[in-house]
Amino acid sequence: MKSLKNQLDKNIKPHFEKGGKLEKLHALYDAVDTFLFVPNSTSKSGVHIHDARDSKRTMSIVILALIPALLFGMYNVGYQHYLSIGATPVFWESFVFGLLAILPVIIVSYAVGLGIEIVIAQVKGHEVQEGFLVTGILIPMIVPVDTPLWMIALATAFAVVFAKEVFGGTGYNVFNVALVTRAFLFFAYPSKMSGDQVWVRSGNSFGFGDATVVDGVAQTVDAYSGATPLGQIESATGNSVVFHDTMGNPLSLWDMFVGLIPGSVGETSTLAILIGALILITLGVASWKTIFSVFAGGMLTALLLNTLSVIPAMSISPLQHVLLGGFAFGTVFMATDPVTSARTEKGKWIYGFLIGVLTILIRVFNPGFPEGMMLAILFMNAFAPVIDYFIVEQNIKKRLKRASK
Amino acid sequence: MPKQIKIKKGLNIPIEGEAPENIVGHIKSSTVRICPEDFPGLIAKLKVKVGDKVKAGTPVLYDKNNEALFFVSPVSGEVTAINRGEKRKLLDVTIQADKNTEAENFGKADPSGLSGEEIKSLLLNTGLWPFIKQRPYDTIANPEKSPRDIFITGFSTAPLSPSVDFIVDREPESFRTGLEALVKLTTGKVYLSISTETKSEALRNAKNVEICEFNPLHPAGNTGVQINNIVPVNKGETVWTISAVDLVIIGRALLKGEINFTRCIAYTGSEAVKKGYYTAVIGGELTSLFDSNVTKGKNLRYISGNVLTGTKIDENGILRFYDSQVTVIPEGNDKHDFIGWATPGLNNKYSAGCTYPSKLMQMFNSSKKYRFDARLLGGRRAIIMSNEYEKVFPMDILPEQLVKSTIAFNIERMEELGIYEVAPEDFALCEFVDTSKLEIQKIIREGLLKLRKEME
Repeated sequence: MKSLKNQLDKNIKPHFEKGGKLEKLHALYDAVDTFLFVPNSTSKSGVHIHDARDSKRTMSIVILALIPALLFGMYNVGYQHYLSIGATPVFWESFVFGLLAILPVIIVSYAVGLGIEIVIAQVKGHEVQEGFLVTGILIPMIVPVDTPLWMIALATAFAVVFAKEVFGGTGYNVFNVALVTRAFLFFAYPSKMSGDQVWVRSGNSFGFGDATVVDGVAQTVDAYSGATPLGQIESATGNSVVFHDTMGNPLSLWDMFVGLIPGSVGETSTLAILIGALILITLGVASWKTIFSVFAGGMLTALLLNTLSVIPAMSISPLQHVLLGGFAFGTVFMATDPVTSARTEKGKWIYGFLIGVLTILIRVFNPGFPEGMMLAILFMNAFAPVIDYFIVEQNIKKRLKRASK
Repeated sequence: MPKQIKIKKGLNIPIEGEAPENIVGHIKSSTVRICPEDFPGLIAKLKVKVGDKVKAGTPVLYDKNNEALFFVSPVSGEVTAINRGEKRKLLDVTIQADKNTEAENFGKADPSGLSGEEIKSLLLNTGLWPFIKQRPYDTIANPEKSPRDIFITGFSTAPLSPSVDFIVDREPESFRTGLEALVKLTTGKVYLSISTETKSEALRNAKNVEICEFNPLHPAGNTGVQINNIVPVNKGETVWTISAVDLVIIGRALLKGEINFTRCIAYTGSEAVKKGYYTAVIGGELTSLFDSNVTKGKNLRYISGNVLTGTKIDENGILRFYDSQVTVIPEGNDKHDFIGWATPGLNNKYSAGCTYPSKLMQMFNSSKKYRFDARLLGGRRAIIMSNEYEKVFPMDILPEQLVKSTIAFNIERMEELGIYEVAPEDFALCEFVDTSKLEIQKIIREGLLKLRKEME
């Protein structure tokens, strides 16, 4: 590898440096160089030795933790597709269908986001930062499979510029960038982000998995309904909500846990998400306190509503709540974003708990927004500094008390 | 029974290159340099010019803000150079040392017969005063203020740091005399911190002090951590601090009636060949120590002090004023680690976190040591991860918030969050574990200096 490094330094690097032909692409070169080789710059002040971890390592662990949910999401996209057109889903066929459906979204999200990051890094003269590596994979996982690519591009650009770069870049943003992308889509193009038409792709992926087409519309089987379980709450009648799959069969808790149900690409399988959570917690990348308290807040609120049970939505059990929709995904991968979350340890308990509470309240009392998780996290993102403020005040008061003793 | 204090947060970095406890030799230095940089915030004025003859104990510099505070020559010889840097900032005074050191004699002094004021002026006149530091600001103690208490550090927990036991036990009488003098400087208490592993009788049986016993988890050996866990410093209060090994130098001078700035130092680090303890004079060039006594064939980093708080020097560098240790590690700038951030790093990468398996490896082999080099191992970023600093910061202070308020230089907030209790060294572990590779010690040092300017 030394020879590769030497080749790069000798023959390619000079073009990208000041005065070189490709000076304007310096940030891009630098990003590739530091991606390939750990920078060997040494400490100039302070400690002479450093811990091996850096932000690239941390971000790559998060991506690793997202992989189970992403792979499952790909399979599920295909699975739902074949169900909807009345075919029997075959494992590999389903997976390939999903892969072909999701890969373009991933490519667009990365190309747009990283493109903007590189331009800004070049203009501001700093390194390209890793934050978007995670955001870029999160975005395809929290949108419906049939979201048009141009919308993804537009929303990603909006979020990267207005939710992150205007604040100063990775580490300075107030709101979770991926969630801002989703919020943008949700409010700008509601018809593409909710309802029962967007969650399952009934058309083909690059000509793969064709359905019968009549008058240019892909035909689905008769019993089919593409509403997500949470989307079914609004139409529920009687005292309770009975969730069912796209074919109208009732869903058991186990079905919800495994996740072969319609929904945003990465959010359906609580099982796959928990594998990711396990990776994040054991490797110390995400705070178990936040994860635990979101679940606690959500389940306690659901339990409380169960006992009051006035409208059907209030009868949804705590377990159903946390297994459905984006609850688990948001908890594990978005509430724990260290930059936008509360930063004090005590603050994380409060921050997480309130996200859980708010999510359930939004889901139950505002069926117009079946996915409460997104709004709850964004709302608490805004309040995280306030929570921290009070925790820090506590420490200050203790210190003042000590002084006046 | 001494008071027991258990430190839970911290980190003992498993670094290669410990020095065995035996004296290897004496380091002869033909030139000695006195660097004002060793004393942050000091505006030094010259008392000598090139060509002057000096003895050990002859004042060379004084403090512009306190003309009674001298910095003396550690050896006898001739001033050969006065080096200045940008804006004529004084870098060092170079002295060519005589073969045999001649010292200014101030007469033997028995501290038991002296008053506090007499001891203070003796220490100031003989250049021994700078060994005493203070909180707030982590600077040389201001002799015009009377301290609430004095804190003595009787053990060290920094990576590869020398054994205080070993150094004190070579001259227990000097330690006792130094302590006797120190106790007279305050009407408050004198605290001596030792570790559960301290064996030295001189330390364990020290008189007129309150002994506190800590578990040896770094940074328990930092005086700031000790103060915070014994009786914290509040706004408006001043405490003085000194290390037991520096107290030995003070006691030695009082016993003999002349200064002798010879230190017993540990020569450590993975690239040091004949590791062990040496004697060397403060400010003395270490050329003869490094000569054919380091690994050949790679770029090296020479450090006066330890790997966390030491000063980078070169192969002709000097032993800095407060250091009892010299460390040599690989520089590492000749290494190219291919997609290093993605490799498992089973054997050669150490992390205090769990994203590399070093913690797991330590479970199987707890004595495993790592060969660290000076690379940052990542790019500088904004603060991203939370709860990293807290895990290695055993004080009742919120480190991240304090660092942020110091960057913003919000004085009120800095005061509220405890800036008066800390020194840069207290943040050394935070800087080590930081994923974002920030220069936290530098931030704190600059903040403290700026704050002192505003407040005084």
